[in-house]
Amino acid sequence: MGDLLDIADQVVARANDGEQLEAVVVRGLDTEIRVYEGEVESLASAQSQGVGVRVVVGGRQGFAYAGSLDPDVLDETLAEARDNARFATVDPFAGLAEPDGVTVPTLDLYRESLAHTPTDRKVGLALELERAVRAADGRISGIESAEYVDSLSEAAIVTTTGIRSSSRDSSCYVATYAMATEGPDTQTGFGFSVGRDLESLDVSRAATDAADRATRLLGASQPPSERVTVVLDPWVTAQFLGLIGYTLGGEAVLKGRSLFAERLGEQVASPLVTLVDDPTDPRAFTATDTDGEGLAARRNVLVADGTLSMFVHNAYTGRRSGGASTGNAVRGYSSTPSVGCMAVSLVPGTASQGELVASVGDGVLIQDVAGLHSGVNPVSGDFSTGAEGLRIRGGELAEPVREFTIASTLQRMLLDVAAVGGDLQWLPMNASGVSLVIHDVTVSGA
Amino acid sequence: MIDEAVIDRVLGTALRTGGEFAEVFAEDKRSSSALFDDGKVEELTSGRDRGAGIRVVVGDTTGFAHTADLTEAGLRTAAEAAAAAARGGGGGTRTVALTRRHADRGYAIETYPEDVPKARKVELLERADEVARATAGAISQVSASYGDSRRRILVANSDGVLAADDTVRTLFSVSTVASGDTGMQTGRESVGHTVGFELFDMVDVEEMARRAAGRALTKLQARPAPSGQMPVVIASGGGGVLFHEACGHGLEADLVAKGASVFKGRVGERVASPGVTVVDDGTMAKEWGNLAIDDEGNPAQRNVLIEDGYLTDYMWDLLRARKEGRPSSGNGRRQSYQHLPMVRMTNTYLLAGEEDPDAIVASTERGVLVKHLGGGQVNTATGDFVFGMTEAYLIEDGEVTEPLREGNLIGNGPEVLQRIDALGNDFAMGPPGTCGKDGQGVPVGDGVPTLRVSSLTIGGTAA
Repeated sequence: MGDLLDIADQVVARANDGEQLEAVVVRGLDTEIRVYEGEVESLASAQSQGVGVRVVVGGRQGFAYAGSLDPDVLDETLAEARDNARFATVDPFAGLAEPDGVTVPTLDLYRESLAHTPTDRKVGLALELERAVRAADGRISGIESAEYVDSLSEAAIVTTTGIRSSSRDSSCYVATYAMATEGPDTQTGFGFSVGRDLESLDVSRAATDAADRATRLLGASQPPSERVTVVLDPWVTAQFLGLIGYTLGGEAVLKGRSLFAERLGEQVASPLVTLVDDPTDPRAFTATDTDGEGLAARRNVLVADGTLSMFVHNAYTGRRSGGASTGNAVRGYSSTPSVGCMAVSLVPGTASQGELVASVGDGVLIQDVAGLHSGVNPVSGDFSTGAEGLRIRGGELAEPVREFTIASTLQRMLLDVAAVGGDLQWLPMNASGVSLVIHDVTVSGA
Repeated sequence: MIDEAVIDRVLGTALRTGGEFAEVFAEDKRSSSALFDDGKVEELTSGRDRGAGIRVVVGDTTGFAHTADLTEAGLRTAAEAAAAAARGGGGGTRTVALTRRHADRGYAIETYPEDVPKARKVELLERADEVARATAGAISQVSASYGDSRRRILVANSDGVLAADDTVRTLFSVSTVASGDTGMQTGRESVGHTVGFELFDMVDVEEMARRAAGRALTKLQARPAPSGQMPVVIASGGGGVLFHEACGHGLEADLVAKGASVFKGRVGERVASPGVTVVDDGTMAKEWGNLAIDDEGNPAQRNVLIEDGYLTDYMWDLLRARKEGRPSSGNGRRQSYQHLPMVRMTNTYLLAGEEDPDAIVASTERGVLVKHLGGGQVNTATGDFVFGMTEAYLIEDGEVTEPLREGNLIGNGPEVLQRIDALGNDFAMGPPGTCGKDGQGVPVGDGVPTLRVSSLTIGGTAA
């Protein structure tokens, strides 16, 4: 890893007088194995690397990146970034992050064992996953995908303002997408398990989840249009939390694109809602010790007992809003740091999903949603998304339903939260999930 | 990009341990973008991605490796890694006679974006911002972005194919936020073509800015979309993405082969209303999904997928086609040298019918007119799809009345194809899109005439 810092140091050493320079250097080793009908369908293994160079001079910012660490490429990238800076508008808040004294947490995010795991064992895991899905239920008619994926990545960030940080992590997951058939009806379901090494993966859980999700939707019909209470599965809640996290980012707020912009200190959610962004929780898939500008990651409470308590910032939005970075710069090497939540979760309650379903009486359990990226407007808050799941009748799960939408606004949905489950789940995304009960959601169906 | 003799030796290395098929895909892509946001030129970005992906096939197994090192040593190392991944066990050497294949897209790039001063690109952005803000005081935020890319590829494989291409794409978009008593609404307009800077002879950025602002302003007065089933009229150019999702993905041979498509085993059957013809066409000059060759070196084609309601064929990549003993349809695409190719669409569209578009609306008693659909998603195994309506209006007594707030449309691909009961004579292509599949994005285009679907579920909040 030292060599990545060296490369970043070399770039930054070339700074001119009066010029701020930042170099981000990354390297990753990725393996992706897909199996199909007991054979390896494809096995890809590759190392990739890249560098991003940001220049700020006289309040103007320029950026360039390249997918190579060759010395001549570094020169070209630096020259391009400098040239690009000439065309930016002068912005008094432009500038790199500066050390803020917050201690970088020590997180156990890298497992050397993953680097030494033979490919055969990884292939074996993918094959085992496929077999387990087929064995889970006689109605499983096919498997669209069964895969094992891992990644070892390291990054270094050095700036002329005194940032010099490096980080590395390992991650792996198994995932499958299964089909179940009964008569003329075919339904699909996915399952996965994530971890930092092979030992932390639960293949049978991934297989069972996929089989359950597919088979329990068999025979589903379209429900009538009505207003109902819904129970969101943790997977669905997590997807909504990811979107809500976006609206609390300093960039959306400062640029007048957040529905929460003027509402700091106000009651924006049910008192049951406490929302935190905590990339320092090592259980989070997106856990990290430093942010995209090299500052220490930290636990931030965004909504406390329903009251909006803060927005998250990178160095630029922090400075422009009169404060400081909250350690929420988000980036890859091929872009400048944006600002965003990194690992959002709701502080869980105590009830299980079964207890929540019983308490609802009548409603719909939403097992999955589709089209969230096109169906939610994070500026206006309007949302409408495709959904599938199970009816809840008399506190029990009943017949499956599909081809309907659920719609409301993000604002109303947060206020309509009636219960938060205790079933916290860590998912392969920047948010974790719990079961959530929400009143008065419009279902559109037949 | 790479010497032919070197390619020959690299393919030899890839095949040395028993590979049945080997391929070298080299890419050199330069891109630049500029963003105007929040009243200022925020930044200009330049990017360079260069490398090669090598795949080796043994039986049903594909091994793949990629490298950013385009020297012979670097390529050979990647070839060995790909061969090892494919677990070739045999021996012997094979030599490959490479035949250069001509890549022709039928028109020339007039102005390469790298020859245009950056200041001119910035001026376009400033102009768009100025015009959008001048439209109305309610326009509270504007962002405009410019992007171009030049992608050179070289593909060589053990079947003897050697092909190269040089593709230029240019894109411009304007997004607005309008604020009023009812909150904030957004509007967007984007244009992209497989052309150079001459894009700006084809489009007027000021007009784009006015339209983007108009969309956001219109929605300030919008009422909640209805919920439930009703007829939906899709305006010319505004809803091709529906057919990309509703039937295009299900016609990709890789998904069909795995049984993950509702269209499996249905070639020759009637799958759509009479008059419905769906085409995927990589040869459409200058369109966003245009190709000269695909990413496996095969010439782009115009493929009729559904003709007058009957399913005629699927789309094919090289490996899937080889297995079936048929030619590729030129639909093997990949995001970059770091990815394996798979079956992907190019420009997917529905041919025009003969009806007057105004008459289609006039004959709709109560329904929704969708001027623009946003992104969507389909489950190919069930055919169920979802789409966001980004600009829609209520139709009452055959007249377009009030604008609607955003909502989703939900339906089933095969059912929608059967429920098309009117096709207008006004075909148009829609805005440029990016199609995502297995985590890979590629540029695609789509188009439709005005058309009516007799019944779709609208997912609004109004009763």
